[in-house]
Amino acid sequence: MPLKNDDALIDSIIKRYPRSRSAIMPLLHLAQARDGYVTPESIEVIAEKLSLETAEVSAVATFYTQYKRKPVGEYHVGICTNTLCAVMGGDAIYESILEHLSIDNDEVTSDGKVSVEHIECNAACDYAPVVMVNWEFYDNQTVASTKDLVDACRAGNPPAPTRGPNKLPTWKENSEVLAGINDGRANEGVQAGEPTLLGLKIAKEGGR
Amino acid sequence: MSKLTPVLSAFWDQKDSFTIEGYKRNGGYKAIEKALAMEPDDVIKTVKDSGLRGRGGAGFPTGMKWGFIPQGDNKEHYFVVNADESEPGTCKDTPLLMANPHVLIEGIIIGSYAIRANYAFIYIRGEIAHVVRRVQQAIEDAYKAGYLGKNILGKGFDLELVLHVGAGAYICGEETALLDSLEGFRGQPRLRPPFPAIAGLYARPTVVNNVESVASVPSIINNGVEWFASMGTEKSKGYTLYSLSGHVKNPGQFEAPLGITLRELIDMAGGMRSGHKLKFWTPGGSSTPLFTDAHLDTPLDYEGVAAAGSMLGTKALQIFDETVCVVRAVLRWTEFYKHESCGKCTPCREGTWWLVQILKDLESGKGEAADLDKLLDLCDNIAGRSFCALADGAASPIISSLKYFREEYLEHLRTGGCPFDPAKSTVFELAGSER
Repeated sequence: MPLKNDDALIDSIIKRYPRSRSAIMPLLHLAQARDGYVTPESIEVIAEKLSLETAEVSAVATFYTQYKRKPVGEYHVGICTNTLCAVMGGDAIYESILEHLSIDNDEVTSDGKVSVEHIECNAACDYAPVVMVNWEFYDNQTVASTKDLVDACRAGNPPAPTRGPNKLPTWKENSEVLAGINDGRANEGVQAGEPTLLGLKIAKEGGR
Repeated sequence: MSKLTPVLSAFWDQKDSFTIEGYKRNGGYKAIEKALAMEPDDVIKTVKDSGLRGRGGAGFPTGMKWGFIPQGDNKEHYFVVNADESEPGTCKDTPLLMANPHVLIEGIIIGSYAIRANYAFIYIRGEIAHVVRRVQQAIEDAYKAGYLGKNILGKGFDLELVLHVGAGAYICGEETALLDSLEGFRGQPRLRPPFPAIAGLYARPTVVNNVESVASVPSIINNGVEWFASMGTEKSKGYTLYSLSGHVKNPGQFEAPLGITLRELIDMAGGMRSGHKLKFWTPGGSSTPLFTDAHLDTPLDYEGVAAAGSMLGTKALQIFDETVCVVRAVLRWTEFYKHESCGKCTPCREGTWWLVQILKDLESGKGEAADLDKLLDLCDNIAGRSFCALADGAASPIISSLKYFREEYLEHLRTGGCPFDPAKSTVFELAGSER
């Protein structure tokens, strides 16, 4: 369903802000929720809604790496290859997964199910090496576990994220969450993983 | 007696810590009752007197930042939270928001009341959907409970709070780039002055604070200035989150008074992974100059780290053991800065590109000894010559690694390649079985 059929939703997003132009980013996320990526038609809809030139919307869309200009997989896999994850195994995971899927960075498998991108630090270094699928955490990954993960994604039954909802949302579903639309799943999943709680545990035991 | 002081993390081990019920059961939303009964200027004074300093990296006194907002100017004021946590190694705001988003909202209400803002924003990075969900739900629940919206707690104070989700640009953690992004432009830093306190969001007086700084405010209102200042060191008051990652046995979050040392923290993390020893580490993310095992006893407060030649930054302690090639580590960080340079300032846009080329040659043993001085010369022409600190951050790992590990760079040239085996720094067996 293209973005142009979302009149009421678009208006409600614009109304969040004191000035309408601020709505560009959530509207681009919404565009990806509809089409999977930012289409030229979505750019026109957003420009018209915000009384901007299409070039002004394009300028924003092309600045941010999360806005895609071509389709990604139903499950978009991000492998952290920033220094810490890289040396702990992220580089090995990244190389082996591309080989396993026979694709290159930013490419999609022929069945349209999985795409892979090397990502920068995703604020979970105490769970390194980290892999994201559709921007959900898969913590403490190995080459083997990530291969299983992408295979399960291709088979359509991915495991639940380590710290996330009970069922892995699709790329489009999570793009809607990023547009600021509540999917009612905030209460699912753990409140924290073990590393997050380590200091608290030691303090409670009165140790060290 | 533990050295640790869990305040923000005190009840993260309760399964529903992120819900409004969980937060209230643990004393949440009591501080707004107290704060909204105070004069706004007295709230600012309390935060100033506590000595709370910005936890996002720069360490600027939070209360002073609030005090810079001109009052009686008949303009809208804005309170903006920087939740765009992206500095490599930094992983404190993300677990905080996942485990307890309400403490941030309570801090926002107090801060907005203090600076007389009726509109607040949380600018959150877009690459962690579940944290977005938790914060979104928390905002909706706070509205329902009457903590946001019109006439909060019947005290005549109105506040709208909007969650704004980023889209994958490290530069938006820089406060003026963040504001441009929030206004609907490409996230590129602004020339200062004017500072955001005078002309911030929509050219109106604006406070931009880090998540952890704002989340620390309710505890100060609840427990008082003396309580907060009883922790930490002379000029670095209070408690903070230290994030240990890398080659330690048990990585994780440790909430401790400012001034704790890495030696103490590594001890709590169970030591280095077995059979290995510390080689180098970052005290506060990749933009802070590297330290070595010579700095194990440096007090991790703003002054202690600065005196030893680095910066406390975000207290993101990334620990690397002797299996890690420092040239590989620095090259990867440099590639990050090149990728994330917004392109506005020429020294950063072009300079980071050249740094990557030279480091690549050095890592593969193709460079020459004169390249080391060329790197330093380039850093000298990049750092301090751009609108924002991204370029300074790019220079930090290079300059500091050359200071401590020049010999290792030269070793690459002598052996015609990297003398390290990357499999040794990997924490799982490359055949696939867990170590």
